[in-house]
Amino acid sequence: MNLPSPTLLAQAILSGIFVGALYGLLGLGLSLSWGLLRQINLSHFALAFLGAYLSYQLATVGGVDPLVTLLVIAPLFFVLGAAIHGLLSRFAVTPLNSLLVTFGLTVIIESVIQWYWTADYRRLASRYADITFRAGPLFVPLPELMTFLLSVSLCVAVWATLRYTDLGKAIRAAAEDAPIAAAFGVNQRTLAALLSGVCAALAGAAGVCLALTYTLTPSQLYAWIGVVFAAVMIGGLGSALGPLFAGIVIGVSEAITMALTAPSWAPLVSFSLLIVVLLVRPGRA
Amino acid sequence: MRLTRYAVVALLVGIMALAQQASAAPSGPPVRIGSTLALTGPLAATGQVHKLVGDIYVEQLNARNGLLGRPVEWIVKDDQSKQDLARTLYEQLITVDKVDLLLGPYATGNILAAMAVAQRYNKMLIHHTFGIPSLATYDMQFPAWSLGPDPATTFPNTVLDALAASPKPPKTIAVVTSKFPSVQFVAMGAREVAKKRGLKEVLFLDWEFGNREFGPIAARIKDANPDFVWVGAIGLEGNQLLEAMKKIDYMPAEQFYMYPAPGPMVKAPEAKNALAATIFEEHAPFLNNPGAAEFVKTFNERAAKAGLADTAVETQAAASYTAWQILEAAVTATRSLDDKVLAQWLKTHTVDTIQGKLRFNGPSNYGDDLMRVKQVQNGRWVVVWPPEAAAPGAKLMVQ
Repeated sequence: MNLPSPTLLAQAILSGIFVGALYGLLGLGLSLSWGLLRQINLSHFALAFLGAYLSYQLATVGGVDPLVTLLVIAPLFFVLGAAIHGLLSRFAVTPLNSLLVTFGLTVIIESVIQWYWTADYRRLASRYADITFRAGPLFVPLPELMTFLLSVSLCVAVWATLRYTDLGKAIRAAAEDAPIAAAFGVNQRTLAALLSGVCAALAGAAGVCLALTYTLTPSQLYAWIGVVFAAVMIGGLGSALGPLFAGIVIGVSEAITMALTAPSWAPLVSFSLLIVVLLVRPGRA
Repeated sequence: MRLTRYAVVALLVGIMALAQQASAAPSGPPVRIGSTLALTGPLAATGQVHKLVGDIYVEQLNARNGLLGRPVEWIVKDDQSKQDLARTLYEQLITVDKVDLLLGPYATGNILAAMAVAQRYNKMLIHHTFGIPSLATYDMQFPAWSLGPDPATTFPNTVLDALAASPKPPKTIAVVTSKFPSVQFVAMGAREVAKKRGLKEVLFLDWEFGNREFGPIAARIKDANPDFVWVGAIGLEGNQLLEAMKKIDYMPAEQFYMYPAPGPMVKAPEAKNALAATIFEEHAPFLNNPGAAEFVKTFNERAAKAGLADTAVETQAAASYTAWQILEAAVTATRSLDDKVLAQWLKTHTVDTIQGKLRFNGPSNYGDDLMRVKQVQNGRWVVVWPPEAAAPGAKLMVQ
């Protein structure tokens, strides 16, 4: 095996960090709804792709800056997320059943995307796409850098909110023991709807990042599920920073695998890491 | 004088009879043709192209009196890009819908599934774009995609012939490929062919189909710095690799993509001078083939109306149209719907299609390898090799 050059290795690691940040952002909402609401929301991925297509539409047809589309998509998805939560709560859906119900929802959203935008490939041609910075021998593409910064900002903001604010403490208390939290005046139903809305808005934000960096096709949403689930489980359910760290570890591991060996081995990395984590820390997930 | 009058009357009657025949609507019970297509799922982007082509062809066919004077009814079901579902639906088409004839689905795996069902019921199967000829062992299957029986040898030679005739023939090669079966086996063939022709392989790597991250792959190609990169890419993978190379400010001197998504690639500025495989492009000499110009015009209009991002006719649409041409030619010539009669006729005759004359008397019923090399030039695809198929005045451009 030939050793890769330092530049190749560094560039690969940089790619891994960027894609890992996207895993983290996609995993953030999923982790919160799974850990704090006990809902395994597969439709999170469909919402992220719907967000990506809406961003594409607003930017391509409406001429709106892709980042500005977030101002439309995030509130819209907040409402959508709260509505989905209302539906799941109305029928007292269990965590396992939520997986099945939201899978159905995923298929419906995918069909809607395909009906409106067709199965053709769509690429958001933004003014950011062609901008790349140089750092010595390394190249830093702006869309990936924006994704990284947005991902880190949102993860830290959610973490700080959950840790330091009364709202966050109430959400965590309700997740820990809803009846006791209610006895202390926590309105669990409202908080759950709020959190669900936030998770969907985070999916929308991840969607904007997807549109900025990837060519879109409806069925591609399934390609992200496995690796993001692994990031969420390694990072810890209900954790805000965990999926980001786990995502970056997975992304970098995949990238190094690609740089050193056959890239076809890369998909094994996320699940191998997951198995190792489950063996070493079985209570993690 | 009287004789002349009779002659004029007879002539008029003859003309009226001919006119009536020409404008006659097909009548009688419909000829039912059954297919599945990937209308949803990961292959849907191409499946919808085949659906549109089929709709156009059936309309044209019925407008010219159908098949055997009977209207043609196309029963097309959605196999959701799944092989197992394609298998079930072909069973259903034969046993429940009781179709007269079969046309293949889209994609190698689904065609293979349909082929097994056709074989079980002794039905002829004409299919559009089957990528691995050696797997097509059924006697009554007929390919519309003129790959030739051994594309893993013949086509890499065609590409390397084109490059050898260019002003800067490559001396080193990198072969990078998806593990998608129909591109991987040609990539493996390209390695062998390149070795025999004396090119030094500086990099080989493969990735799983569905890979999302091409940054490290692009970095490895840049590190190896080959004169020529053979990319065994299918669909979007070609664009993903191009984008990843652009992000690290790298463009190979020469690059070839096996089966890229043609629309997105031709629109990408970084794809300048990229090469790819094709059997048909929207220029002469292809437009001189029977039915080609009319089909291209209709397809362009209908694809735009259907909201397809890429409205051009290339390999997929051309192979799809060809499949229908083969079916019509066999039925018209034999005046039969008997699968064995039709299959026998096809094995002993050539068919004029929009991609050229096709024959089916070689191994696995494949004929000549009519694959061409096309290149992105000034924002459009043009065939550059072999010279007899090249667009008027087009030559292979090098970086």
